[in-house]
Amino acid sequence: MSGTLAHRLWTILFYLFVAVIVIFAVFPFYYAIVTSFSTGTALFEVHYWPVTFDTSNYETVLGGRQFPRSIVNSVFIAATTVIFALFLAVTASYALSRVRFRGRGLLLMAILAVSMFPQIAVLAGMIEMIKFLGLFNTPWAMIISYTVFTLPFTVWVLTTFMRDLPVEIEEAAIVDGATPWIIITKVFLPLLWPALVTTGLLAFIGAWNEFLFALTFTLSEDQRTTPVAIAMLSGASVQEIPWGPIMAASVIVTVPLVVLVMIFQRKIVAGLTAGGVKG
Amino acid sequence: MTMTGPNGAGRDEGLSLQQQRARSAVWFLAPMLVALFLVAAWPLGRTIWFSLTDTTLDNIYGGKFVGFSNYLRVRTLDSGAMLWRGTLVDPAWWNAVWNTVKFALISVILETVLGLLVALVLNAEFKGRGLVRAAILIPWAIPTIVSAKMWSWMLNDQFGIINNIMLNLGLIDHKIAWTASNDTAMIAVLIVDVWKTTPFMALLCLAGLQMVPRDIYEAARIDGIHPIKVFFRVTLPLIRPAVAVAVIFRMLDALRIFDLVYVLTPNSAATKTMSVISRENMIDFNKFAYGASQSTLLFAILAIFVALYIWLGKVDLTGETNR
Repeated sequence: MSGTLAHRLWTILFYLFVAVIVIFAVFPFYYAIVTSFSTGTALFEVHYWPVTFDTSNYETVLGGRQFPRSIVNSVFIAATTVIFALFLAVTASYALSRVRFRGRGLLLMAILAVSMFPQIAVLAGMIEMIKFLGLFNTPWAMIISYTVFTLPFTVWVLTTFMRDLPVEIEEAAIVDGATPWIIITKVFLPLLWPALVTTGLLAFIGAWNEFLFALTFTLSEDQRTTPVAIAMLSGASVQEIPWGPIMAASVIVTVPLVVLVMIFQRKIVAGLTAGGVKG
Repeated sequence: MTMTGPNGAGRDEGLSLQQQRARSAVWFLAPMLVALFLVAAWPLGRTIWFSLTDTTLDNIYGGKFVGFSNYLRVRTLDSGAMLWRGTLVDPAWWNAVWNTVKFALISVILETVLGLLVALVLNAEFKGRGLVRAAILIPWAIPTIVSAKMWSWMLNDQFGIINNIMLNLGLIDHKIAWTASNDTAMIAVLIVDVWKTTPFMALLCLAGLQMVPRDIYEAARIDGIHPIKVFFRVTLPLIRPAVAVAVIFRMLDALRIFDLVYVLTPNSAATKTMSVISRENMIDFNKFAYGASQSTLLFAILAIFVALYIWLGKVDLTGETNR
């Protein structure tokens, strides 16, 4: 009998721990949503449950000129960066995963090293390049600089995905006289769609969230990306931080990401753990 | 490059299939390598060069070579006293180094321990496991700037819910200015970082745990070995490679932290990290070359750290040797 009692106690403790994990993970986002729907005095009293449903914070941020503009900028920059990175990465990772050549391991290490680079280390040189190209304060400054982390990441993940595709498919194509280009476009690409979607999504999230380059390469308000716009949202004075609109803006940029992550949950976990962990 | 086919062999039909493939590999790799060179190697080289000059932000091409004087230089005064200058004797820089190392060590240790715990929970079979996994993905999906803002609102000294909860529970007797006070600013940064990145750690650990064959646990249970002993003697050694890779990824991320600190605790000397101080010198203080020397140092520190970690820990990052 004591065995079942201990077992029951253990189960209760286990679920308690699970509950703590879930609350800790979800609460800040929940609280941001609650705050984003409160205005006036309700904002400055602590409420654990929503007491008001006031959409005026959303009207403030979406009615203004800057924030909607920053969303457009962010979508354009992140999408272009990802398409560019995927385009270069597909052929490169075919070579890295399927063709044996000397120095392949070294090359893979170099690519991995770039993806783990401190971005600040390229900042000074990047400023020079962006100014030289006359791209300062344009979206292209971000698109170029984001390549430093999106490209190695996509190459790395796609390489691990491609390594797992069966050799037989490729061999059959070679016997049929297919060139490597045909193998990539006609044989591998159809099989790679799920991997491309996952990798693209992860790279998109990375580009969407980037702050250091976006902060450095934008001057005027209408060129800002959403993280910079949110960081710079300010009230009439330093003391008056507009918490309501900030939370509304935060919820607006986060909800699409959370929805996407929920939909592609399994694939994202697979994408994140691709690479080293397989060993 | 590595692909040195027989010179002048020319025609494709003269080459074996393997050589033909190696040859096309060059063309498949070239665009990616050129792009990486332009956005990574070249700017890095220029940063290192700038660190050896007296370049300023408004006159990028006007800098002169000054050797290592941004790092360390000495001036002998008329009185004979030696005056040391440069980043390597700059207390603000060493403060930033110390802040970064402290932050990286504490956050990665906490995230590894908590991540393992969460992974063990998720590895167990229970009702609602899918929901829990979805829930812990939320902090990961939220942009860093947004989480910094969310938490600075929750940690607000006047109206913040954290002070409210802790007052109600009797944990504190007065409201704490978490992000503004020097004693608590680092704690605030650590809380937000642990909240945001433990999910990533948990998922990587979980991937490692799922590789451990279930019958090992079965065998241990039949032999009557205590689960805690099984964890430390069997599970942990088996998932060590996966955890080691996760730890180095997190460590590198933590050592270069910029956005969270910049937004959560702006201008706090207690949290200013290497990345923050480099950018501040480069952009805000118009000491471009000086900031470049600091970012070069950060790069050197990370490079040495990675090399030591891979060498001492025999970590296989590419996954090539197992194939």
